[in-house]
Order: sequence, then C-alpha cells, then structure tokens
Amino acid sequence: MHELLKLDATETARRIRAAEATAHDVTAAVLAHIKATEPKVGAYLHVDEADALSQAKAADAAVKAGKAGPLAGVPVAIKDNIHVHGQQTSCASRLLGDFKAPYDATVTARLRAAGAVMIGKTNLDEFAMGSSCENSALQQTRNPWNVAHVPGGSSGGSAACVAAHSAYLSLGSDTGGSIRLPASFCGVVGFKPSYGRVSRYGLVAFASSLDQVGPFARSVRDTATIMNVLAGRDAHDTTSADRPVPDYAAGLRNDLKGVRVGVVRSYLDQMPNREVAGACQAAIDRMQALGATIVETSLPHADHGIAVYYVVASAEASSNLARFDGVRYGLRVESSSGIESYFRTRGTGFGPEVKRRIMLGTYALSAGHWEEFYGRAARVRTLICRDFDNAFAGCDVMVGPCAPFTAFKAGEKSDPLSMYLCDIFTIPASLAGLCALSLPVGYDKSGLPIGLHMQAPAFAEDRLLGYAHALEQALKPEVDRTPAIA
Amino acid sequence: MRAMDEATVRHVARLARLELTDDEVRRFAADMSKITDFVSALRKVDVQGAEMTLHPVVNRNQWREDEARPGFKREDAVANAADSEQNFFKVPPVIE
Repeated sequence: MHELLKLDATETARRIRAAEATAHDVTAAVLAHIKATEPKVGAYLHVDEADALSQAKAADAAVKAGKAGPLAGVPVAIKDNIHVHGQQTSCASRLLGDFKAPYDATVTARLRAAGAVMIGKTNLDEFAMGSSCENSALQQTRNPWNVAHVPGGSSGGSAACVAAHSAYLSLGSDTGGSIRLPASFCGVVGFKPSYGRVSRYGLVAFASSLDQVGPFARSVRDTATIMNVLAGRDAHDTTSADRPVPDYAAGLRNDLKGVRVGVVRSYLDQMPNREVAGACQAAIDRMQALGATIVETSLPHADHGIAVYYVVASAEASSNLARFDGVRYGLRVESSSGIESYFRTRGTGFGPEVKRRIMLGTYALSAGHWEEFYGRAARVRTLICRDFDNAFAGCDVMVGPCAPFTAFKAGEKSDPLSMYLCDIFTIPASLAGLCALSLPVGYDKSGLPIGLHMQAPAFAEDRLLGYAHALEQALKPEVDRTPAIA
Repeated sequence: MRAMDEATVRHVARLARLELTDDEVRRFAADMSKITDFVSALRKVDVQGAEMTLHPVVNRNQWREDEARPGFKREDAVANAADSEQNFFKVPPVIE
C-alpha cells in the first residue's frame, strides 16, 4: 500500500492544502490501490478514472489559487443510491439499468465544494434493503478482513472500500442500521446522524421517515471532519433541520469525566456470542477508566423494534418504489398495453427481497389491515421513542453491541427473518431519529472486527463524536489494525 | 395468525403492480406468513394512550416566494426514459 494511503483523510487534506502532497498523487494512489484490491473485495460498482483525475486536477488548482476546502483532494466513495451528476445511480438493481444521475445530491455538491474527489460508486443491497450486501443484483462484495464473509449491509461497498483503504471516506445511507452494521462488520467508524441533520436530496428514497445519509471513516476525527461538510439545512429537503451546526472537530475530547454512560445489562448478559459481549464490556470498562460513570438503563419496548421496523419501512418502501414504472427512467419491459408493461417491468426488474418488502408494505397498508399492522406499529414506535426519552434523562450516551455477531459467511443466512434479526440493536435509534455510530472496539478469535454501538439524543452529534473519540484513542494500541488485503 | 393464502398474495401483488410467477406466489405466501406472524407480536403490546409516530420530527409546511428559478431542463428530464419523442415520455397506449 502507498504510504499516502496509510494517512487519515484529515491529515491527507492538510498535506494537500500545505502543498506537501498533491490531489493528483493521492487520487492516483487510490486508483492503483482499487485496481489491486477490487478483484478480491468488489466494493465498487463504478469507477471513472479519467473523471476522478480531472476532479483531482481541479482540487490542485484550487489549492494553488488559495481556495482549498477542508477535504481538498481527498477521494471519497459514494453509495450507489446517492446521485453524482453524470454517473450511474443503479441502487444495485436491474430495474434502474443504466440510469445516469441528472444532478448532484446535496451531499455530493457539499463534498465537491469542500474539494473532495468523488472516486466511485459503491455496492449495496438492492435499494438498500438488506443486511449483508448479498441482495445486490449486480455484484457480490466481500469482507476485507476475510473474503469468505459478508461486509454487512446495506452499505456494504462503502464500508468495505474504507476498510480496504481504497477510499479515505465514503457515504452510506442508514434506514435501520445500513451504515452501522457494515461498519461493525468491516471494522470502521460508521455514523448515522440524527434524522434531519444531513440533507437527503439526491438520495433514492427507501423509507422516508427513517432514511438518513452518513459517512464511513477509519477514525472518529475523520468522521467529524466530513460531518462538518455534510451537516446543515438544505432548501431542497424540507425534512432537513434548520438548526445551527456545531464544529464537530472542536468537540473531540480525550477523557470522559462527568459523562454518564447508559448500559442495557440484558443486551450483554443474554448475548449468545460471548466474544462480542466481552469486547463491548471491555470497552465499557475502558470508558469508566476514562472517567465515565456507568449507569444501568432499559428500553422496555426496544425488543419490538424489528417488528415495528419491518411494517413501517416496508409500508413506506411500497409507496416510494411505486415510482419505478418504466416510464420516466430505468428498465421498461415492453408490452401491448401500458398497464401490463408496468406489471412486467416491476416483476422483472425488482429482485426477491425488494418484491417481498413491497408486498409486505402493500399488505400492511391495504384495506382491512391498516390499523392492525401499520397503525399498531406506529403506536409501538411512540413507546420506543418514549423509552429513549426516559433513558436519556439518566444518561448522556447509551452503549452496547452494534450487532449480535461478527460478519457471517456469505450464503449463511437464507431465511429473510434471520437476516432481519441482524439489525436488532440498530433499528430502535432509527425509529426514534437519534444519532448513533459503530466504533471498532476489538476482534473475535478469527480476527473479524467487533463494533460498539453508541447512541445519543437527536442532534447531540457533537457530544457523541467527542465520547467516541476519547474511547477510540484509549483503545488504539489494541484495536488499530489493517486488513491483510490492504 | 392465519397463514397467508396464495389468493391473498395474488391480490396484494395486483395492488402493488407486480407480476409474480407461480413459484414466487408460493414462496411469498410462505415468507409473508412467517413475517406477518412475527409482526403480530405487536398485538400484545399495550398501546393505550400512545399516539401514532409517523415521523420522528414535527414537519411544517415551508413557504417561499413564488418566483421563477432555474430548474430541470426538459431534455435532462427525459434523458433516462426508455422511450421519448420531442421531449415527451412515450408510453404504450393506456386506453383502448
């Protein structure tokens, strides 16, 4: 691996701004590394070398002109459900075919303005529906720590490329855990901002009351650096919050004095995977050593999170995905009549999991079932939100396992329900619109990463990143590793 | 929880505008029975006094002055369409 690729994004941008390195050299190094790692990892669906190098050239020119941004010349990978003008947005679906994004997503535009180089589009579970990245209709992505294992999903490509050092940073989207779960499986930091903190304009909608765009990084500092670029109000997204954006990098700290850390004891005690439980407990002990007070807390209704999620998210998806009709974009399977073409296009273009969720959502919203399924799920969602309100009255941050296990083998989970259970710990924060992240805190015996889930109240991103930074720095000697593949 | 029968699956597929093969209908009947069975655990939760949360934040209408602004060009809007003519989307006949 090129020496430059061992640096973090914040230091790389500093060097480029100080003319100690060039965006061209950094981008060329990443492109060469992509060529070397991709045959094994398969994180990217699309890389346009010429376009990346021309963005790098513009970044170098901006440095010379004294207009370098905070991510000057830093290659960033984008999940292929977020628009990058002129490049494909496939959502890893056959239905979108060769769709080319007609505009930049707001997050893409903000990254460009900050000087970042959009290096490529990454693989995902089709339309972001899945927990292993195996639902991609286009490609299989493998875990850089062990290529027989999945990277997690749905943002599997974005997690894998950052872990493999074939991007400094990446963007994903998180609806029920789609950033945090793959971050946990791939040993990187995955950050789901609060609902409304980051614009979703240009993100292909899956479940609109849950979707949120967020970054992957190899350090908390880099997460803060990119969040400073991404966060803020966007007139194109009326759900984006009109609230001040603190300087996330300024909030990073090295101790946890005075911090109350909430732990749901049963999550650790009843965890069948003792290695995951052990690594999380060790991280909690370390937080205490850094000055934190550990308090027991509870989320009595969180166990119903998965059931609520699969009703709510599927219902919203069935509505959002109605737009894929073969008329305005994507695949069209021709037929003698318009309505039949509509049926065939969708029947042919969507993969099995997407169809299953559209079916479930349509059923849950259909006459005679609405109150029984959707209405009830929406009421239990309220109870989960109240649980968090009560829990955060007694603590500043909640920590626990991010996933019930480490990355599993490809093909191991064939039953939809067993796949849904991967997201048991990440879903409740999505339902309540909180901010949350996965921080690498250890490895199991086979060397697969273990992530700690840290959750904070909505719009407490600055505090959450500060706490995560303190723990990350303390754990660095044991946790800081690079996969052999990189 | 009753198992979902194939007729229900076909009805829902029709509402969702999805053409399913017979094999898919059988598979979805089994999958959706399992999933709706799992979800039916929500029936046992006491939701007395709990309003529905449809959205994690309060949304308000947002207004701006009614001024013309640059928008999407028609050629860009139809660029991804399977078929278009003179910057219109072209579709098979929908009325006999």
